[in-house]
Amino acid sequence: MTNIPETGRTPRVQIRLVIIQVLVFSLLFTLGGRLWYLQIRNGAEYADEAKNNHVQQVVQPAVRGSILDDRGVPLADNETRLVVSASRTELMKMKDKGKGVLTRLAGVLDMKPRDVMDKVRLCDSKTPQPCWNGSPYQPIPVTLVATTQQALQIRERPEDFPAVTAEPTAVRRYPAPGGANTGQVLGYLSPVTDDEIQKAKNTNSPFLRSDQVGRFGLERTYDKELRGKSGVTRYEVDNLGRVIGEAKNDPAVPGAHVVTSIDARVQAVAEYELNAAMVEARKQIDRNTGVPYKADAGAIVVLESKTGRVVAMASNPTYDPNIWVGGISGKDYAKLTAKESNVPLMNRAIQGQAAPGSIFKVIPTTAAVNAGYKFDGSYPCPSSYSIGGQVFRNFESQGHGSITLGKALEVSCDTVFYGLAHQQWLKDGGLKPVKHPGDIFFKTAHKFGLGAETGVDLPGEVTGRVPDRQWKQRFWAANKDDWCKTGKKGGTYVELLNYENCLEGNLLRAGDAVNYSIGQGDTLVTPIQMATIYAAISNGGTMWNPTIGKAIVSADGKSVRQIRVKAHGKLPMDEKTRRQMVGALEGVATRGTAAWRFGGWPQKQIPMHAKTGTAEVYGKQTTSWFATFTDDYTIVMTISQGGTGSGASGPAVRNVYNAIYGLDMAGKQDLSKALLPKPQAQLPAIQPDGSIDAPEIKPYVPPSPEDVPPPLAGPPAPPVARQD
Amino acid sequence: MQTANKFSVSRYAPEQRGAMARLTARDSVLRRLDWPILLSAIALSFIGSLLVWSATRNRTNLNQGDPYYFLERHALNTGIGLVLMIGTVWLGHRTLRGAVPILYGLSLVLVLAVLTPLGATINGAHAWIVIGGGFSLQPSEFVKITIILGMAMLLATRVDAGDLDHPDHRTVVKALCLAAAPMGIVMLMPDLGSVMVMVVIVLGVLLASGASNRWVLGLMGAGAAGAVLVWQLGILDEYQINRFAAFANPELDPAGVGYNTNQARIAIGSGGLSGAGLFKGSQTTGQFVPEQQTDFVFTVAGEELGFIGAGLILVLLGVVLWRACMIARETTELYGTIVCAGIIAWFAFQAFENIGMTLGIMPVAGLPLPFVSYGGSSMFAVWVAVGLLQSIRVQRPISA
Repeated sequence: MTNIPETGRTPRVQIRLVIIQVLVFSLLFTLGGRLWYLQIRNGAEYADEAKNNHVQQVVQPAVRGSILDDRGVPLADNETRLVVSASRTELMKMKDKGKGVLTRLAGVLDMKPRDVMDKVRLCDSKTPQPCWNGSPYQPIPVTLVATTQQALQIRERPEDFPAVTAEPTAVRRYPAPGGANTGQVLGYLSPVTDDEIQKAKNTNSPFLRSDQVGRFGLERTYDKELRGKSGVTRYEVDNLGRVIGEAKNDPAVPGAHVVTSIDARVQAVAEYELNAAMVEARKQIDRNTGVPYKADAGAIVVLESKTGRVVAMASNPTYDPNIWVGGISGKDYAKLTAKESNVPLMNRAIQGQAAPGSIFKVIPTTAAVNAGYKFDGSYPCPSSYSIGGQVFRNFESQGHGSITLGKALEVSCDTVFYGLAHQQWLKDGGLKPVKHPGDIFFKTAHKFGLGAETGVDLPGEVTGRVPDRQWKQRFWAANKDDWCKTGKKGGTYVELLNYENCLEGNLLRAGDAVNYSIGQGDTLVTPIQMATIYAAISNGGTMWNPTIGKAIVSADGKSVRQIRVKAHGKLPMDEKTRRQMVGALEGVATRGTAAWRFGGWPQKQIPMHAKTGTAEVYGKQTTSWFATFTDDYTIVMTISQGGTGSGASGPAVRNVYNAIYGLDMAGKQDLSKALLPKPQAQLPAIQPDGSIDAPEIKPYVPPSPEDVPPPLAGPPAPPVARQD
Repeated sequence: MQTANKFSVSRYAPEQRGAMARLTARDSVLRRLDWPILLSAIALSFIGSLLVWSATRNRTNLNQGDPYYFLERHALNTGIGLVLMIGTVWLGHRTLRGAVPILYGLSLVLVLAVLTPLGATINGAHAWIVIGGGFSLQPSEFVKITIILGMAMLLATRVDAGDLDHPDHRTVVKALCLAAAPMGIVMLMPDLGSVMVMVVIVLGVLLASGASNRWVLGLMGAGAAGAVLVWQLGILDEYQINRFAAFANPELDPAGVGYNTNQARIAIGSGGLSGAGLFKGSQTTGQFVPEQQTDFVFTVAGEELGFIGAGLILVLLGVVLWRACMIARETTELYGTIVCAGIIAWFAFQAFENIGMTLGIMPVAGLPLPFVSYGGSSMFAVWVAVGLLQSIRVQRPISA
């Protein structure tokens, strides 16, 4: 019936079926093993990849906090502007690399096509400004000052302007209230670089590609606080970038406000007076060189004497920090960095170094008293002092007989200090120094904080220089080859100098010691260092780190963090010496070298103290220094190639004091006109909604020439060139 | 057979019982069905419908705005497949044996029709006949069945008749020619994936037929030589070469060719042990894996159901294949054994290639995962194959 053979199955087929079965299941086990490997062993890795795959970040930049003055007046804030941006990635996808679009855009914006293209090119080592040094994936602002008309044109014709957006955006503004530009102190912002993103990646304040970073000044010091935290919304997207859900939303946290001790009104006065003094100096003929003073740079610092807080800080030449907003233009950048601009970006109050001249004399005075010389002792003040045939003159070329150290400060007698320095130099062994020379003048200078940073809360502070034996040795080792090559016996002044330096530049010569004792020669100080020292003399001896930031106030006003001032030392003098010193410096203002600038000053109500300085710079005109203090304020001012201390800087400093205290030249006080008769102790009032009301601010009206009576008596006739 | 009308040689007399009684009797078809295979296949189709649903509910460009479009069609295809299976069991594989020449001829005509203007190109393969109404036919799926049936018929006839212990060379040559004709046409399409499966089917069939070792080894050698030849002669299209390159190194071109493999691997890898949950996989929801409802359907399982779900699919496939192997070994007639072996080779290789390419251990080839992938032709073909397996089991002598 059936033709199925009962034993038809041969072993061969049965074996082959088993082979098939084994093959099939080895394939299945292979799949199972691979599945385990991918999902269990490496699952986490792929989960991460999947996350990156489908999440897109949309960044809402945090509004940067404001920088406020002591009463709440914004020195830096934000405004809403119509920003036209171009997406580089989109442009690069076009056939002509976006050239057509950018050219059309330039037409709408009334810009040159070249300028627009320069703005969206990426910075590298070969590309000069303007260029974009932020992320290439972030829209690059082409202009921050589009008009509504222009923005509408761009938005209404998206087909003509692909990859271009015109959006209202918060951008930084430096409003210069009342004329207080405060440029170098505020600093500026620029887009974050890839390096910075990498570096900050694992810190608690990582950068986003769109972030702007403070590059200088307060913007840099308090960058972390001001920046806030950008909001990031992470959207889940599909493979075409379409949003299919919101994964995570970190709302933006606006940056905190930084309240500073800068008073915009005093700052405006300081800036104005600094500039006015420099303009005035350029009208004066330098009797040494026979040409007008160049007055190429200057700085002024106003500190609260008791706390070291900075009330005003100005540097000249200056610039408008607003030019950095939205990327600096090529023209502006070229102007800013041109040689004839003389580095306006530099904050000369903390970065300008010069020999201090006679305002240095408080240091050798202290050194001498500490070495046992009596403050009220009697010291000869001849018109000149000669060492081995070399004559060191008194600056005023005038003798005063035998005087006290106080009087020496008052009349700024150089020869008293020459004598002291020479004595100590001989005591230390002269050209063949003893094993452990006393070097009291150098050591005391270090104790006054010279040759070191004051710790001001601004980046880029320089240390200056105390030209002690160690420095001389180092400097000689670094330069001797050059000196020995160019030095020539009996050659020009420079050749002769190099010849001498080659031979014994590593030695502290008698001339070096006496020059140093009056703040000349190789000594370098910054205005902020001298202001710190004079404030310390005023306040009982504490050298405060000059501090600009006063408080960090969160954007909602709920959290206020006071910034305390820190001290970096005490003056190396006892209270008695300090009082004597204060008395002597008062004498400078009332009877001495600065008295002619303080005629009519209400000395009883507001005791004024001063010290003038005129430092010499080889090949240049003299540097004017003026250090002053009252019980409340310390003002130090300097003008490079500006003339004498009291001559060039005196009127400016007096005018700043007048404005602060509401005084006229006759010494009559009108408190209603006084800007800040007492330092601002309170923080500005913070409203419940977190806003800070800014009082109105009136521009500074300088005293008219009629109000300024002629000075009481001119300064002593400036000398012909010094012999040293 | 004629004697059955007069007196039954069976221990029972089925024709005298009612339909219900026949279905519940000890020797009934229902009782003799291989339930593990059937339930596993149904489970695979059910899981497949969920995965297809998840993969397509957001693909508005494909589903015409109806998130259930593919789910419904997949269920419909499964239903039709079940009917086809029942029909196949009803007819029985031996009855079909008589129809093999007709079926074979029909499949040849269909495959040839693809080469005419009736054919359509989908994903670079000119392998489809568009019927209309959103349905299209892939004749190469049916060719797989007719090759198995045709070869089995040729190879088994004289052995089952007791004339030979093993198929002779002449028969083997005839069987190979029978397989070569449709394979050649499919290669012209070119549907390389299907050709690969057919080559493996032919190998499985020859192995099970008991043909001489020389034939088996020779065919393997010829396959390898053929692959080299195909490569050298440039018969392969650009896209096929690219797929191979991407398999070797997906990082070469992550946005282009390597994209598929990379995204598939990310999807599966990110699933972990228990997966993101159905409809919750970001790779699937975000449509990062192309062809996810068809060739890359396994990535949905990997991402949303995790190692547990994807492993379950492997286990279910393993059950189907294990039972198929058992049926092959228990069947006493060579015809049934060869058919089983062909189906095993087909399912096993196609599943291995399909899952293997999503796991990055096989080059990308356009092959559906049996029961799970969306696609009517494939679904019908595999269910007919299940019908054949069931029929072989049901109709084997009870004494066996």
